[in-house]
Amino acid sequence: MDLIQFPEMSRGNLRVMRQTIDGAFRDFTRAWGDTLEAAFSPLQDLLTFIENLLIRSPWMLVLAVLALGIWLLSRSWRIALGSVAALLLVGYFGMWEDTMRTVAMVAVCTLIAVVLGIPIGILMAQSNRMNMMVTPILDMMQTMPSFVYLIPVVMIFGLGKVPGVIAVVIYAIPPIIRLTNLGIRQVAPDVLEAAEAFGSSSWQKMRDVQLPLALPTIMAGVNQTIMMSLAMVVIASMIGVRGLGQPVLQAINQQYFTMGVMNGLAIVAIAIIMDRTTQAYGKRLQKHAEAGK
Amino acid sequence: MTESGKHDIEIRDLYKIFGPEAGRHVQAVKDGLTKAELNDRHNHVLGLQDINLTIPRGRITVIMGLSGSGKSTLIRHINGLIRPTSGQVLYDGQDVVTMTPAQLREFRRQRTAMVFQKFALLPHRTVLRNVAYGLDIRGVAEAEERARHWIGRVGLEGYEDYYPRQLSGGMQQRVGLARALTNDAEILLMDEAFSALDPLIRMDMQAILLELQQELRKTIIFITHDLDEALRLGDKIAILRDGAMEQVGNGQEIVLRPANDYIADFVREVNRGRIIEARTIATPLPEGGELPGFTVKARSRLDLVARRMTKAGVSTAQVREGDGTLAGVIDLPGILDAMVNPVEAAAQDED
Repeated sequence: MDLIQFPEMSRGNLRVMRQTIDGAFRDFTRAWGDTLEAAFSPLQDLLTFIENLLIRSPWMLVLAVLALGIWLLSRSWRIALGSVAALLLVGYFGMWEDTMRTVAMVAVCTLIAVVLGIPIGILMAQSNRMNMMVTPILDMMQTMPSFVYLIPVVMIFGLGKVPGVIAVVIYAIPPIIRLTNLGIRQVAPDVLEAAEAFGSSSWQKMRDVQLPLALPTIMAGVNQTIMMSLAMVVIASMIGVRGLGQPVLQAINQQYFTMGVMNGLAIVAIAIIMDRTTQAYGKRLQKHAEAGK
Repeated sequence: MTESGKHDIEIRDLYKIFGPEAGRHVQAVKDGLTKAELNDRHNHVLGLQDINLTIPRGRITVIMGLSGSGKSTLIRHINGLIRPTSGQVLYDGQDVVTMTPAQLREFRRQRTAMVFQKFALLPHRTVLRNVAYGLDIRGVAEAEERARHWIGRVGLEGYEDYYPRQLSGGMQQRVGLARALTNDAEILLMDEAFSALDPLIRMDMQAILLELQQELRKTIIFITHDLDEALRLGDKIAILRDGAMEQVGNGQEIVLRPANDYIADFVREVNRGRIIEARTIATPLPEGGELPGFTVKARSRLDLVARRMTKAGVSTAQVREGDGTLAGVIDLPGILDAMVNPVEAAAQDED
């Protein structure tokens, strides 16, 4: 017996296995690819619509609307003015269009992540079995190298925005699910008991007690999800997502140091704007908790 | 505009065992398996055993016991927050135990309200929204108006828009009380409602409760570990120990005739002068004796009687009921004796 060599599957069998799985998946792609693509075309339309809205409108109007949105969420002049300054700088250095594409991408991905993630989180909070089943999937989604799930996504959808969105959402959705679940589970049991003692139905309990009290935690999840989609935008540029990631990718390939740094800093600027804004919003939601005696 | 208690609550043969196979052990417990044996042999916890209690309508019934005695478990059976292993909780011809979830929800909304030890207010709602909560759930239109009324009644006017965390503990529990009263239910469940409060504020809240009860006449179940509180509030007192009912009676019965050593220990430290009524120790006028000139009321407590008698400089008095009939006579040594002598358990007393 050879103790050094690991007793592995024969090369022939391994090849057959790979070929079988790849073949089956290719067949699946051929059979269903068009259907799936058609099913996701509203997503493509939405993304294109938002992108065009941001790029083709007068830049001053876009900037004003963004600033107003940031102020409404954060209610902080400091954050709103800082954001405007950062965006002006980004625009001055010739990255306005790419930045807007990235903003559109992150907005759509976050929207999808929230719409899918919060209900999944609620289900996990209500059932321990669901929690047990979903948690390992989330672990896998967060640790699996993102390139790995780019492969099947590209095989089905080809290059472009939709596979990019799917890849980003897969990568960025776990925090919102986890933190929704956590936030609901952390609601004090005595408050829940009170809700029950007054005759709340489970829907009323969710609406009046659990979700409002979990909201700050859920907002932390939204914040995380935004940050992770921004990080993923650069990788998604490898499958044809346009925006700030593409120049970075180009800079890596051609060793353009300044170009890389500039686009990188633009991503950082958006990240900081979005982070401060959502955090300030989350803090405002906890107004009741801060009030001192 | 408010519902007073209309029906007695009858608790019948109630058993509660905690554990995955509670139902299998209930017969063994009925046949005499003790709490310790159940725990050692089957790893199940006996929460309540053989509870039979009538909770009279329109009165305050206090369930008293130390921590772990099962009192909080017992009160939660009345609104079905905890389901018993066996037994019945009857109210107005219905058994709370066998209600469907929808019936139970309706019962909780219409018939009961609850006040909690740790207040359990909704931290994200203002005082007003907290107090209106019970009516919100039912979709009552004038919730806010009725909430304002009760906020006023518990003395929190002007605090409607505060958040619970901005209030002191005593004020938070007033919110809890107002929330329960706004629900306009016949049954008021109070789970150690005043235990978390400072002694002075606690006395305050007791006074508020007694004052409101004078007019509301709700069926109140009040849980406490504090005998003084039990004696002050309770029209009827039930004492729990290790999940079993030790004694049921009114304050005087418990202080004067404790059923066993455990309760005798409990009542030893009580200010008896404030509990015992004059008629309880009044003796019949001896044959041919002369009726004392000084008169005291039969329902007066001994400390008050003693104060009046010493102030008037008399050592004997006649005790008259409210309708004027003679209950007997009373003298200062007798009063002193009743006030300072701790009574041994009834069993040793009756020889």
